Amino acid sequence: MKHKTFFWFFLPTAAAMLVFIFAPIVSVVMQSVFLPHEAVLVEVENCGPFGCTTETAIDQEATDRLRDASPLGRFSGLELYFDRSNLASAEVAEIWRTTESWGAFGSELYDLPFYRAMAFTLTYTFTVTPLLIALGFFIAVAVNSVTRQIRGFLIFFSLLPMIVTPLVGSLILFWMIDARGVLGNLISYLANDPGLSLKASTPLMWISLIVYGIWSSAPFAFVVFYAGLQTVPQDTLESAQIDGATRAQQIRYVIVPHLMPLITFVALIQLMDNFRVFEPIVGFNAEAHARSLSWKIFNDLTGETQQLSAAATTSVLTILCVALLLSPVLVRTWRDFRGKA
Amino acid sequence: MASKAQRKPLTLQLALVAFLIVWLIAAAFPFLWTLWGSFKVELDFFSINDWTNALTGDRTEQTYGRPFTGAGYYGAWIQEEFWRATINTFIVCFFVVCTSLTIGTLGAYALSRSGHNYVFWLLIIALIFRAMPPITLVSGYLPVFFDWNIWGYLPTAIIALVAINQPFTLWMLHSFFMKIPKDLDESAKVDGCTQFQAFWHVIIPVMWPGVITTGLFSFLLAYNDFAVTALVLSESNRTMIPEIAAFLGTTQTEGNVMFAVAAVVSATVPLFILVMFFQRQIVSGLTAGAVKG
Repeated sequence: MKHKTFFWFFLPTAAAMLVFIFAPIVSVVMQSVFLPHEAVLVEVENCGPFGCTTETAIDQEATDRLRDASPLGRFSGLELYFDRSNLASAEVAEIWRTTESWGAFGSELYDLPFYRAMAFTLTYTFTVTPLLIALGFFIAVAVNSVTRQIRGFLIFFSLLPMIVTPLVGSLILFWMIDARGVLGNLISYLANDPGLSLKASTPLMWISLIVYGIWSSAPFAFVVFYAGLQTVPQDTLESAQIDGATRAQQIRYVIVPHLMPLITFVALIQLMDNFRVFEPIVGFNAEAHARSLSWKIFNDLTGETQQLSAAATTSVLTILCVALLLSPVLVRTWRDFRGKA
Repeated sequence: MASKAQRKPLTLQLALVAFLIVWLIAAAFPFLWTLWGSFKVELDFFSINDWTNALTGDRTEQTYGRPFTGAGYYGAWIQEEFWRATINTFIVCFFVVCTSLTIGTLGAYALSRSGHNYVFWLLIIALIFRAMPPITLVSGYLPVFFDWNIWGYLPTAIIALVAINQPFTLWMLHSFFMKIPKDLDESAKVDGCTQFQAFWHVIIPVMWPGVITTGLFSFLLAYNDFAVTALVLSESNRTMIPEIAAFLGTTQTEGNVMFAVAAVVSATVPLFILVMFFQRQIVSGLTAGAVKG
């Protein structure tokens, strides 16, 4: 295809992505290094028959002049990155000096909004991803072993947790694990503690969010692995059997290596998706116990006072984390590409 | 297939069946339970004394004389005007699907038919864009949308969703286009078609399954979105999902959780129907990007 034809075919989608994905990334970076102008204040002296009073007023003209001179705002460099709502360098240094043990350091650090969000986001991402891959794999192996007639039925119900809107899915689970819901009742009956409430305990809330994460993403892994299982070479499997491999050995040495590219694929997609965890925290009403980076941005954007700059700064930090997460894949693709060229 | 060596011992078979039943319950039971409970009053749906109330509907019978009531649905749809949000959702989904398929097929077709190096880089850039959490992009949109006075309207949300959708759409359509032999458009061009005519008259007619599958996923993305629609749309233009989130904020205090339950069930129904009719396409779409490696 000629460059020119390619250009015209690709233009609309490129324009959409440039304006609504690339430009916003530039925009958050700009917002994070520039602060909006403060209004210029002037003291006005009002003299009347009963003496003079001084008032502070906004000098509209001077403010407008300032805005016209540098429309981006006043350059603040990395100031926003190190203030309290993000990396909080001063506070961290303070905590480092004053705390004695690692545990105390950790718990003090957890009180800072950025580190708090980071702790949950990382825990969530790195527990949910491996567990959902394992569960998805077991479901795929199990479904693959039953008769063909009921597989369609099984796949239909397995797809539901993934297809359903994250907010809706998390609400449905949340209402069930509520202390007055059916699962909440069951859990407090099993634990023999009638006052037990998942909503009141941070570890239990984290566990329920992680369970939700696995529940809602395992179907994706299942479907991908199930499709992969259909292409397992039967000859290799049979020769393994003839050589006396047990069922576990067949899975370990034939099936898992065959599915390895798919496992990498699912892991990559799920790392990206789990890192943006957000809706379950809204659905579970869990912000008292668990906050993610996405939730922090959302909160800064919607709160009583919109903190656009703080949100933008957290966004930049989140984007950097995503880039870090993706870098092994990118490096590998780059090597493959160089190898081919 | 079922040779003697492959037949499973009984215990293993039982374990597999038990595991599948447990998974089936985990996957389906929450939906059935909530559907059933949505026709009850709150004291049955959340019953502190006896969980079987949610099954039998004792309190519902005391209040309405029947074990089932549509009060939650009435409250959500009529009183709280959930129908407005539903209409908005379908407007947004319709336009998002149409626009992203139109520009996505053009772009993905170009990517699949061009052998130049930059195709690789464009796909990698799309992958990086795909990894961006939507909420970080929204925080880039807001100041600009406020400045230009386009915040709050449906078209703004539609265009934003189309763009956020593009990287994924491109990847999926690209993998479908790669399966269509290049000889097909080459021969059309030999017969005197321009590239666009070859695309339109020869490739698109055989691409329908791929286009429908990708369209389904575009629909799901637009339908399921919360981050963009919650922050970009004004109150009167809200779609279903932010509307449900708003129910939680306002109605929980009034003790009308049942409105939210009814709304949640209403929002699940279209998805249920979608999976019922398009299960095959959804499965093929999920595996399209994956199976080739």
